[in-house]
Amino acid sequence: MKGGFPKAARDALADSQLRRNIGHATSTIRAKRARVVGEVADWEALRDAGAEIKERTLRHLDVHLERLEESVTRAGGTVHWARDGAEACAVVADVARAHGSGEVIKVKSLATDEIDLNEALERVGVHAVETDLAELIVQLGDNDKQSHILVPAIHRNRAEIAQLFRRELGVEVSDDPAELTAAARAHLRAKFLSVPVGVSGANFAIADTGHVVVVESEGNGRMCTTLPEVLVSVVGIEKLLPRFRDLEVMLQLLPRSSTAERMNPYTSIWSGVSDRDGPREFHLVLLDGGRTDVLADEVGRAALRCIRCSACLNVCPVYERTGGRAYESVYPGPIGAILTPQLHGLENAPTLPWASSLCGACYEVCPVKIDIPSILVHLRGRVVRETKAEGLSERAAMGAMARVFSSRRTYEAAQRMAKLGRGPLANAALRPWTRSRELPAVPDQTFRDWWREERG
Amino acid sequence: VQVRAALFITCLADTLFPDTGRATVAVLERVGVEVDFPLEQTCCGQMHANTGYGHEVLGLVRRFVRVFGDAEIVVTPSGSCAAMVREGYERMAVEAGDDALAREVRALAPRVFELSELLVRRMGVEDVGASFHHRVTYHPTCHSLRLLKVGDAPVRLLRAVRGIDLVELPEAEQCCGFGGTFAVKNSDTSTAMLTDKMRRILDTRADVCTAADSSCLMHIGGGLKRSRAGVRVMHLAEILASEDS
Repeated sequence: MKGGFPKAARDALADSQLRRNIGHATSTIRAKRARVVGEVADWEALRDAGAEIKERTLRHLDVHLERLEESVTRAGGTVHWARDGAEACAVVADVARAHGSGEVIKVKSLATDEIDLNEALERVGVHAVETDLAELIVQLGDNDKQSHILVPAIHRNRAEIAQLFRRELGVEVSDDPAELTAAARAHLRAKFLSVPVGVSGANFAIADTGHVVVVESEGNGRMCTTLPEVLVSVVGIEKLLPRFRDLEVMLQLLPRSSTAERMNPYTSIWSGVSDRDGPREFHLVLLDGGRTDVLADEVGRAALRCIRCSACLNVCPVYERTGGRAYESVYPGPIGAILTPQLHGLENAPTLPWASSLCGACYEVCPVKIDIPSILVHLRGRVVRETKAEGLSERAAMGAMARVFSSRRTYEAAQRMAKLGRGPLANAALRPWTRSRELPAVPDQTFRDWWREERG
Repeated sequence: VQVRAALFITCLADTLFPDTGRATVAVLERVGVEVDFPLEQTCCGQMHANTGYGHEVLGLVRRFVRVFGDAEIVVTPSGSCAAMVREGYERMAVEAGDDALAREVRALAPRVFELSELLVRRMGVEDVGASFHHRVTYHPTCHSLRLLKVGDAPVRLLRAVRGIDLVELPEAEQCCGFGGTFAVKNSDTSTAMLTDKMRRILDTRADVCTAADSSCLMHIGGGLKRSRAGVRVMHLAEILASEDS
């Protein structure tokens, strides 16, 4: 966090390979998304419905959560309440150890990344095997980190991945995608059939019925949620939907927004445990991890509607150039810029609300209509008012400008000063501007001077 | 119909780009608008609000309502300043708990127009009698596009200009990287976005890039000038005011 986003972005911008990889990937998926969304005549109505469902659920989240606990328990599952990441990690570690397993297999999950579950398990001698292809690529890399919600290895091209597989998996592969996936498949198949504990997140959890839903493309998630003896799902409390039928809206919005597909290849839905089919034991860990605090912010809480589709990343001109790692969070891009500071505290990510030009492209594509630009502005205000992150010189400059604009007299005086190259209107943060841009010359006559002369 | 409009010039155009202001007046008067310029106006407060200092400029919201409250129509040559008044003011008033101010803002907001909106959507004018013999490309600024939703109003006006060679800007809807204080607080990322925008502009072989916002043009123009690209920026109003033959 030292230097925050501006510094991390500066480093990322210098990486030509990263720029090319991410630029190519995001422009491809942007075009595809626009095409499949264009096919749906009632897309705007679907977005309204998605936003409404999420908004109403969040308003009565306490009630829905208790109903979910009842439903899951009735179906033979065990519900654990975790106030924070440490509590959630402890539950998973206890389950793994109770089954004497030194390994767990994992479905791609942001919630478990958010709480650093893999590191926590490693500390108690349990190794987590990522089974999503992209997560596996990131896990195999030295100090690599995810850079996209949906496509964690978007910053890698296939030549880089082939090199990584040759080195880490000891297999001879070319950079042909079919060969690469076959190598990953052979490596993972052995794990699916032998590791007794699976760990997943969830896209949705249904209060009425206790169903947990995982939406994915590869089928690895289906293996992790069905083959092991024990399954633990770590789910943020905002992932809840009241009724099974709410999936009708969400399962239309999510795949078109995320992978730009009409329908995702695998949707796994289960409740509790069932006899002679799937895991014998099911644990649902409901994670707060700062979400209750987010709910307390009337403007900021709309961020909890997010269904992690990543459409906002793919259209963001900032993300397209910096990539995800510059956001130094599991949640990058526009949604990360409003979610991370709220979940982890404004003082821990004070630069993120400014990691946007407020162009509004994110809001336009969000399937649950989160007004990200307005929340960014709101959070900027909170950072200024509630933390000391914004320096004294900025505060002084903003104060001086506010005084200039507060009356015609002070404003016109400042305009006269600016012609002499002095005062608040001439000195506003010039150095970062002039590094890449010329400054306009201050004209001899302001518009109002002219107006007074001509019309006054 | 005789239209009377109060010109909201914006602090930026007033202080740094008076040509844009003069051009705006010329175009409006040419199509029969009676223009008034209330001298008590200063700044709409957008920079403060978008940088997190909205609480310090609630006075500017009140000031705007006081200065322009009686105007039949308010017109401005800036998409983002128009959007500030139309979209941002109500939120600021509500967040500050000032219901009376929120009501006044709601009453005024529908009468605030960006220049191309006023001409095309409100008055139904596309040909403003301009001539401009240059190759021109148009950059739709984000707030005109996504907050005001001016659509093709600026392009309709440009198409009607005599002698103009209007060329489409590829990936026009991508942000130029200005973003107010974003341009200085994240100047590296802003510059990367600017570089890509300039590349697109240069690809069109236009000699003029136009837009309906002085702030984005200051950024794009500053970059083009720094790289000695030989392409100049002009505000939409200046092209519409031109009579070069």
